[in-house]
Amino acid sequence: MVIYGVGILAASLLGGNALGNLIGQLMGIDANVGGVGIAMLLLLGLTSLRAPGFSLGPMSAQGISFWSAMYIPIVIAMAAKQNVIAAVSSGPMALLAGVAAVTVSFLAIPLIARWGSGAVEDAEQA
Amino acid sequence: MDIPLWRFGEALTAGLISHALLTAFVVVALITWVADWMSKTFTRGRLHGSAIAIIIGLLCAYLGGWLTGGNKGLADISLFAGVGLLGGAMFRDFAIVATAFGAQPATLREAGAVGAFSVVFGVVLSFCTGASVAVGFGYTDAVSVATIGAGAATYIVGPVTGTALGASSDVIALSVAAGLVKSILVMVGTPLVARFIGLTTPHAAMIYGGLMGTTSGVAAGLAATDARLVPYGAMTATFYTGVGCLLAPSILYLMVRSLL
Repeated sequence: MVIYGVGILAASLLGGNALGNLIGQLMGIDANVGGVGIAMLLLLGLTSLRAPGFSLGPMSAQGISFWSAMYIPIVIAMAAKQNVIAAVSSGPMALLAGVAAVTVSFLAIPLIARWGSGAVEDAEQA
Repeated sequence: MDIPLWRFGEALTAGLISHALLTAFVVVALITWVADWMSKTFTRGRLHGSAIAIIIGLLCAYLGGWLTGGNKGLADISLFAGVGLLGGAMFRDFAIVATAFGAQPATLREAGAVGAFSVVFGVVLSFCTGASVAVGFGYTDAVSVATIGAGAATYIVGPVTGTALGASSDVIALSVAAGLVKSILVMVGTPLVARFIGLTTPHAAMIYGGLMGTTSGVAAGLAATDARLVPYGAMTATFYTGVGCLLAPSILYLMVRSLL
């Protein structure tokens, strides 16, 4: 049933958010730490579960795939509700701070990726 | 029956407003259709339809802000309020989690360590860059410099840090603006630079998510580049704001204070 998939997906996000908020509180900060990431792990765990009387049928899987396919449309809606005018008219300092942060971060990706994949190869050889 | 046309228009508008989420589905479908057409016609598919759709979305957001003076883009126009619901954090996170269905747990595990490293490194890198710009523009007090640095991490870390340290409200506003610039630039810039920075593998996507950290920016950036990479980038990005809220008002602020 489609609703089983949607229900598992929703339960994963609710559970992940609860745990993320809990981790934030334990760290003493007012923020959700990794809620969505934890939810993704919960979903992967729940959907690969193979217990007697519990396995994910193709219809249930459709309940999850549908929302996965809705991802890009949702992101387009998200883009349409950004405070673009505040970003564009923020003055030179905020503009430069944002641009510089993005540029430096983009440039760091290949550096870390090289180091990271090298580390994995080393571990495989050892 | 003699019903004037404006009656029909009125009835339609009332329906569009009361069924806001359905209106948003239609709006996004139309944007997608136009974007796909533009992608095929003007770029022969070289620039992804979704990349163009996100840019159209941002232009609509600019228009909405310009017309209403609000801060929720197109969603501030009452006819398009549903866009705010569809594009809000609840649906965004719901769809991000759904993309994990089909992700490779083995890849997530392998890149776990480098992903975690990239989150901490990304927060420190963006903070230092933002803080340097603030110093370059003549800020000398540690609280303002740290708040603007935190804003260069994300537009949530900025105000959280500024409030914790007691920064003035105009500095907090600047930190939010820096974070917004970052988020929007990541949305637009990612598909353009993806090839040059090697953003083609799940491994690189996890590092990208950790370094960029802005959930909206990463979500849209990967959607416009290669939607299969979304779960990997989102996995690390989701820890970024939490780590930023932890580090910026504490260790990083103390570091700034000792340097100034």
